[in-house]
Amino acid sequence: MTNTLIFILAGAFSTATPLLLAAMGELVAEKSGVINLSIEGMMALGAAIAFMIAYQSGSHALGFLGGGLASVALSLIFSTLVLVLNANQVASGLAVGILGLGLSAFLARSFESLTIISLEKLDIPILTALPLIGPVAFHQDVVVYLGLGLAVALASFMSKTRGGLILRVVGEDPHIAHSLGFKVLRTRFLAISFGAAMAGLAGAYASTVLTPLWSDGMIIGRGWIALALVVFGTWRVFRILLGAYMFGLALLADLAVQSLGIRIPSQLLTSAPYVMTIIVLTVVSKDALRIKLNAPISLGENYKPSK
Amino acid sequence: MSVWPFEIVARTERSSRMLFVVPVLTVVLTVICATIMFTVTGNDAGTALYSIFVEPFLDAYGISEVLIKASPLIIIAQGLAIGFRARVWNIGAEGQLTIGAIFASLIPIYWVDQPFSLMLPSMIVAAGLGGVAWAAIAALLRTRFNASEIIVTLMLNQIAAQVLLYVINGPLKDPRGFSFPQSVSFPPEALYPLIVEGGLLRVNYSIILTLALSAVAWVFVAHSFSGYRLHVGGVAPAAARYAGFSANRAVWLSLLIGGACAGLAGVGEIAGPIGRLQPILSPGYGFAAIIVAFLGALTPIGIVLAGFFMAVIYVGTDGAVLSAGIPSSAPMVLQGLILVFYLMAYTLVNYQLRRKPGRMRA
Repeated sequence: MTNTLIFILAGAFSTATPLLLAAMGELVAEKSGVINLSIEGMMALGAAIAFMIAYQSGSHALGFLGGGLASVALSLIFSTLVLVLNANQVASGLAVGILGLGLSAFLARSFESLTIISLEKLDIPILTALPLIGPVAFHQDVVVYLGLGLAVALASFMSKTRGGLILRVVGEDPHIAHSLGFKVLRTRFLAISFGAAMAGLAGAYASTVLTPLWSDGMIIGRGWIALALVVFGTWRVFRILLGAYMFGLALLADLAVQSLGIRIPSQLLTSAPYVMTIIVLTVVSKDALRIKLNAPISLGENYKPSK
Repeated sequence: MSVWPFEIVARTERSSRMLFVVPVLTVVLTVICATIMFTVTGNDAGTALYSIFVEPFLDAYGISEVLIKASPLIIIAQGLAIGFRARVWNIGAEGQLTIGAIFASLIPIYWVDQPFSLMLPSMIVAAGLGGVAWAAIAALLRTRFNASEIIVTLMLNQIAAQVLLYVINGPLKDPRGFSFPQSVSFPPEALYPLIVEGGLLRVNYSIILTLALSAVAWVFVAHSFSGYRLHVGGVAPAAARYAGFSANRAVWLSLLIGGACAGLAGVGEIAGPIGRLQPILSPGYGFAAIIVAFLGALTPIGIVLAGFFMAVIYVGTDGAVLSAGIPSSAPMVLQGLILVFYLMAYTLVNYQLRRKPGRMRA
């Protein structure tokens, strides 16, 4: 019983990591005023490329690098559509997302069902030996810790740096940002690229560490969960972090239900993240003032520079 | 400032000539990309393209398959386009299709041993209601609580998939179906009659319903005041408010029509080629229909053409996987490319590329 509990709680750190990485990327894109609905496809492409590279080279680091870069390359199409050609953000995101899913299956077709070795879990002296908390929190792979570190770094970037301020101003009101002398399109381009890189890394983690195998369709909706997380966390980094672990636990639902002998349909637990997201979105949107505090006001609207 | 000697300038009025150029350009660019792709994979690009774009038309079976696939794509896209024109972003057709199918399936599952003659019509009504009910959640949350319909409908897609898994593993599971997660096979009264009885052709009367509803959509969009109000709300929200057209009404109408149409597509699948409730009801029709809606320029006639085109891609690529050996993932890549190229080409309708004035570069 305790062992099962430890296994599930520790596992949630791993299942949460791709959600956290992708959601932090989407957060930055949305904060700049761009909603990117292609995360699912970007994660899939990142996962495919990372797996192919890691399989051939035996290096996880190279896999992550390749996965991140591949997603950024794919996002150039999205950036061109929404920033240069002023195409609708929703349609552009879906288009690029479908393309990413297709490309991932296409490029990695000869790798179907192959497996590699996952990253090893790191033991930390003293901490890992702690009862309960040791095996749960201090027996994880390096990417889990990097993800946590990145969350801290991102939170302070957003609230404490000039770059974070510019990002937020651009997302709130691109016209004011422009008149203050900030480069709206450049900021949005960087934000989209960062978001894509994170989605690619998230995919890389999914296919080379979490379940180290390639199988077409393996992202199975985790990109949509990441999108939900941003809303669930009301555009705040630490709430997103918390949400990622809750949703990560929900992804282990099947396992938990079976091993703990609870009699609830696993589909109920699997849909919990989506239901909770709808509830949170409803609550925060209801109060116009409250949603203004966090949600970028210009989200989804293109900015056309007037000359 | 930049080396690029051209700039993108807004047209003073939308170019209607470009509305015809854009789909053609989209198809040409997609074919070029497909040719490159097939050459890279070592397939004979000519054979592959022939399999995709010509073979579906060569025999009755191919045409029948195209009609089967076109029906759900067209009907969903007609519903979505009405919303998209009003800038209501229903991304939840896949979920509405699923819930519509579940609603409809209750009838033949409950009365499987006492089929009645009005079984199919009542299933069609139930499917429409199911789609409407699922879409109504998004409409309610948007109008009452200001919650983005994009996010809500996306989440509802995922939830609908879980609802389907739950019912076919639980209450609606075939008790004599061993451990397969599926319902009983529907009685013949619950199925759309085939257009050509007794042969191999699977095409049924759902395509006729789809085309009839497309005609209704055309009348609604082009000739009804309600359709006009929706459109004004989309292109000029301020003018619509000034004229007293209710924005909430537009959201409700858009989502309910979209939900009903997706629900009908759902019953078309379970009362058509599938004939029962099973874990996978659609190969992503709900998302592909978004492509169809845009490719059809959000107009009812355009959508019929775009729906047939997309159906040819589905059927043709299936065939090309067998005959020309192209990878089975090719259809999805092509779908993505079509929408990307369409959105790029669409810029030509509202913008034009012209040489930057007054600045000569050495």
